[in-house]
Amino acid sequence: MAKMTLEQLRELRDRKKSELQKRDIEGKDIQIIIGMGTCGIAAGAKTVLDAFLAELDAHHLEHVAVTQTGCMGLCYVEPTVEVISPNMPPVIYGKVDATVAKSIVEEHVMNNKMVSDHVFDRPSADIIKDGGK
Amino acid sequence: MHASLSDFLADIVQNSIEAEASLIEITVDEGIKTIECTVVDNGKGMSEEVRKRVSDPFYTDGVKHTRRKVGLGIPFLIQAVEACGGNFDLQSKKGEGTHVFFSFLLDHIDCPPLGNLATAFVALLSYGGTYQMMIKRKLTTFDQTEMYELDRLQLLDVLGDMHTSGNLQLLKTYVESFEAAVQEIRNPMG
Repeated sequence: MAKMTLEQLRELRDRKKSELQKRDIEGKDIQIIIGMGTCGIAAGAKTVLDAFLAELDAHHLEHVAVTQTGCMGLCYVEPTVEVISPNMPPVIYGKVDATVAKSIVEEHVMNNKMVSDHVFDRPSADIIKDGGK
Repeated sequence: MHASLSDFLADIVQNSIEAEASLIEITVDEGIKTIECTVVDNGKGMSEEVRKRVSDPFYTDGVKHTRRKVGLGIPFLIQAVEACGGNFDLQSKKGEGTHVFFSFLLDHIDCPPLGNLATAFVALLSYGGTYQMMIKRKLTTFDQTEMYELDRLQLLDVLGDMHTSGNLQLLKTYVESFEAAVQEIRNPMG
């Protein structure tokens, strides 16, 4: 792969921007927050970040906010990811890996369906199958 | 404990971001025998008394997590460095900033792998805030040197924002193209 120049980056960015303006702005109110504390990093949060970016890119979801935060206090189920999406309660997913990240994008983000096996916090316990374990 | 050198770096640089630094300079200088990293920030720094205590895993200022009794970022790094004959140094002045240096002996059996440096840089560049971050990455082999620099504010200017998925993917492609060029000199034949 040849090194990209800033100009090439700017061109790519402008091209993407104009393509997007033609389409409905999908996913612009959705936020994915990845726990990147010491615990998150140790458990593989960077792989998860990579997986989310790749998956969102594969589905042409360009406007999802992907941000990072420190430890959410759930170190025992890291990597953790909070998903805030309209029409859905805010959910903290735990034990997220690349496969789970793919499910979160395809089910939660795109189809408003929770990935029950990995819900660890926020929605009341009775929504979560088997207590989320 | 972290699995890779990139993870250690990602963890330690977050301290600078959380110390409200407006300028963070990172260097990752990899040679044949050692890899040396420095993280210099102009954040809030710490007193000499605190500086002596941060290597203790049971010390935390209790600000971020009020009920927590541990602070593991720096102790993990020191442990890993000591396990493979590297060096660690932390200097700080309250109100002025902090200077962290660490190195690993690459041929030591306990030296963690480099890991995904490009993603670590993307994660650090895209942490929210208005800080400037300059990253200098260099690899020297026995007959070649390759390096690149990343300037956060310049990239932010080009991309517009660094939190939407499309832009982050672009940023990743950009950083990966540089890291790939660096990695290429490692195996010029392959």
